[in-house]
Amino acid sequence: MTTAEMTNVLEKIKGNASNGKKAAQKLAIVASKGSLDMVYPVLILANGARMSGIDVDIFCTFWGVDLITKKKMGKINIATVGNPAFSMAPYAGWFKIPTWMGMIPGMSKIATWMMEREIAKLDFPPIPEFVQMIIDAGAKVYGCQMTMDMMGLTVDDLVDGAEVLGVMEMLELTKDSNLIFI
Amino acid sequence: MTKVADFSILETLDYDDDGFMTDASAWTPEIGEAIATVLEIGLTERHWAVIDFARKEFVENGEAPTLRKISKVGGVPMKELYDLFPGGPAKIAAKIAGLPKPTGCI
Repeated sequence: MTTAEMTNVLEKIKGNASNGKKAAQKLAIVASKGSLDMVYPVLILANGARMSGIDVDIFCTFWGVDLITKKKMGKINIATVGNPAFSMAPYAGWFKIPTWMGMIPGMSKIATWMMEREIAKLDFPPIPEFVQMIIDAGAKVYGCQMTMDMMGLTVDDLVDGAEVLGVMEMLELTKDSNLIFI
Repeated sequence: MTKVADFSILETLDYDDDGFMTDASAWTPEIGEAIATVLEIGLTERHWAVIDFARKEFVENGEAPTLRKISKVGGVPMKELYDLFPGGPAKIAAKIAGLPKPTGCI
């Protein structure tokens, strides 16, 4: 093998998963919802990005702040009203749950319990553990200043490692990032 | 030139487009050591704990383990995994262990 061919092999091995010395890719996620089906995509995207060596900033605003609020993060439910796709999948996927049925007291708890069970089967962690996992993985989480003021929260109410930011600081921080709004 | 000669062990192997070995059975610890050197990672005992676990999982399940599994079952905390293999531990650990690119979402 010539030196040039050898260099090619080495370059190939280095590939995309280099040791972080290449220009860093960055992802920013604005998490604006506080329901189970809107929170998991945030966590899965953030975790996937970190696993691929991409830097992640998560800005939690409005109900999204629940995701990083210590007292709320373990109590995130699925909404059973106003979702036309809501069905009994995977048990009886043909059965679409009508809005009036979603209003029955306890429906949200039951639906959340069922979905959490299915998520656990896939070996995805529950939300509080998942949040800790992405923080350990190096994702940064922020609470929106205005939301925090509105809801009477302080940084002490947020998970350890979270910071509070205003929109201008957030834009400054993410000017080189791809931005996703969830 | 001497630097190239150090990696001669990697010459005869086949890789996919992302630089993962295509034949996991051709892997040896020396190859792992050489790949790690290419990636500028000095392997310690803790790295080997991850690599050995990943190899074992691959033999048992036919695919590289997810990070969560390495952390939960393999007993290496998530934070440490990112310290050991900076820039994407799932891929880098699999690459050093001679395993195919991991596809799991977690």
